[in-house]
Amino acid sequence: MEEIRLVQGNEALGWGALAAGCDGFFGYPITPQNEVPEFFAREMPKRGKVCVQAQSEGASIMMLFGGAGAGFRVMTSTSSPGWGLMQEGMSHLACAELPCVVVNVQRGGPGTGSVSGAQMDYRCVTGTGGGGGYRNIVLAPASVQETHDLVQLAFYLADKYCNPVVVLSDGILGLIAETVELKAIDFGPLPEKDWAVAGRDRQKDGERRFLNAMPAVAPPRWGYPDYLSWLEHLGQKFEQMAQSEVRYEAYRCEDAELVLVAYGYVSRVSKEAVNTARAEGLKVGLIRPITLWPFPYQVLRDKADQGCRFLVVEDSLGQMVDDVRIAVQERTAVHFLGQLSRHLPGDGGMILPDRVLEEIRRLA
Amino acid sequence: MNEKSKTRVKVAQLHRAIVFPIPGCPGCQHPTIGRIIAEVLEELDLDGKAIAVYGIGCHGNIGAINVDGIEGTHGSPPDVATAIKRLRPNSFVFAIQGDGDCLAIGAGSFLSALARREMITIILCNNANYGMTGGQLAPTTPIGVETTTTPDGRSVAAEGYPIRAAELAAVFEGVAYSARGALTGPKDYQRTKRYVRKAFQKQIDHVGLSFVEIISACPPNWHCRPVESLRWIEEKMIPIFPLGEFKDADRLG
Repeated sequence: MEEIRLVQGNEALGWGALAAGCDGFFGYPITPQNEVPEFFAREMPKRGKVCVQAQSEGASIMMLFGGAGAGFRVMTSTSSPGWGLMQEGMSHLACAELPCVVVNVQRGGPGTGSVSGAQMDYRCVTGTGGGGGYRNIVLAPASVQETHDLVQLAFYLADKYCNPVVVLSDGILGLIAETVELKAIDFGPLPEKDWAVAGRDRQKDGERRFLNAMPAVAPPRWGYPDYLSWLEHLGQKFEQMAQSEVRYEAYRCEDAELVLVAYGYVSRVSKEAVNTARAEGLKVGLIRPITLWPFPYQVLRDKADQGCRFLVVEDSLGQMVDDVRIAVQERTAVHFLGQLSRHLPGDGGMILPDRVLEEIRRLA
Repeated sequence: MNEKSKTRVKVAQLHRAIVFPIPGCPGCQHPTIGRIIAEVLEELDLDGKAIAVYGIGCHGNIGAINVDGIEGTHGSPPDVATAIKRLRPNSFVFAIQGDGDCLAIGAGSFLSALARREMITIILCNNANYGMTGGQLAPTTPIGVETTTTPDGRSVAAEGYPIRAAELAAVFEGVAYSARGALTGPKDYQRTKRYVRKAFQKQIDHVGLSFVEIISACPPNWHCRPVESLRWIEEKMIPIFPLGEFKDADRLG
């Protein structure tokens, strides 16, 4: 499959999943991601694959639990309120160490909020919403092409670490259309899923498999002798993710005195503002985290050590800015331009390049 | 080899579907339900291709049966089983649930699976209370029965009526089989085993979802001795949970 076509952001999630060999999609309708379940309902049966419209987001995530437990590549998609409903299942999946891909096309909040795009779920998505202090990698695309590519990476990383991976999109990125090269990406070999439930006769060793999320009562599948040794293993796995999977884009940062930090749709707005400011001779750059967890602390700390100041642009009241402050540790100033700087007072507003540029000029 | 592991070998030889004795309090009938399931799986030669799904509650102890198993969240087994059966249609997939799992927190999952005609089997262990958490009110607690959260007995005014799952399931067009059995004597044991066998056969024959509710004694939380718990079932449960088959279809419309 190698083809260039005009694709909407939400559909790119689907094309990426197909390229990654997704076996099953389970989802519940919610705006602004309805094109995702509609895509799978259209495309999966043609390919002899599974698509089920669940009765709730809580059911979608537990269908992932079953599908992942049976050794298949499975995915669900939701938007902010639905994300909240999935959190018990997310914790369960992380505990049972089952790989799957969960997409959150963010809308405005809190509560039922609005159906327009926003970036108000950063904290609950990167900080893990369910109980028990597990971690999950969060990939944040900034274009339709990157959406398509990161979904494939998400499936790979999920299988690599036996852990749920989140793709964090938003209502703006989900609804824009761009040209995309549809192409399967090869990330390399993965271990066999010999832990999956398939029926005892299908197991190579003839031994039954038992998957659960109650490691204190039933023995976890990797055979750790007790709860704490298993927890130690889990902690080491999260640490390995944190060390190995940091991804970011540094744009025109080499001689920058002011570094913008932004992800998702706002990073594109910010990039445009950086280009205009550069044309005016201002020394400005952009760091765009691609993984929101693990967060690229080190590159920001290095920039802070070089004396750079920061401007965090984020379509929320301020969430990622906390991580930037942790990275910078008061070495230099961290400024913030947030949701209240949108171009419209209603829920349909956006942070526009002119507003970001205005802030750059003020701080430069 | 110590005494304990000797016993284990003996049990494994008797029933290849049971790896070790299913745990339970004195008089608990969940292990008996496990034994019935294991016997039927062996008789139908299904244990090698079976995948069992459990929820949260005492019924999870039946996880000791020697088939591939997966334990979901509280109330989720119909969802977990749905995905497994859709992705592995040649496997034999059944869910074991407690009354709270199936009819309280998981009621939406249960009803939705019935409606979607998932090709799975659900076994409900109805012991009229939340056993694992210490004997609280369940959706199947009979009126008047004291639990730790109904200290004066379940009242219609405050807690309403028990849910009759077998009758409820029979109403659904997607259900091929629905029955309720008990284990109060050898005759009931054999009858309940026939129900389970029939339910499993419906899945093999690809007719529709099959459901068996089994009344299961819980002497510690019923505050009686095991032998008295059998009378408790006959006096307090059978009148509102009659035994029998409520639906038995060979073909669904």
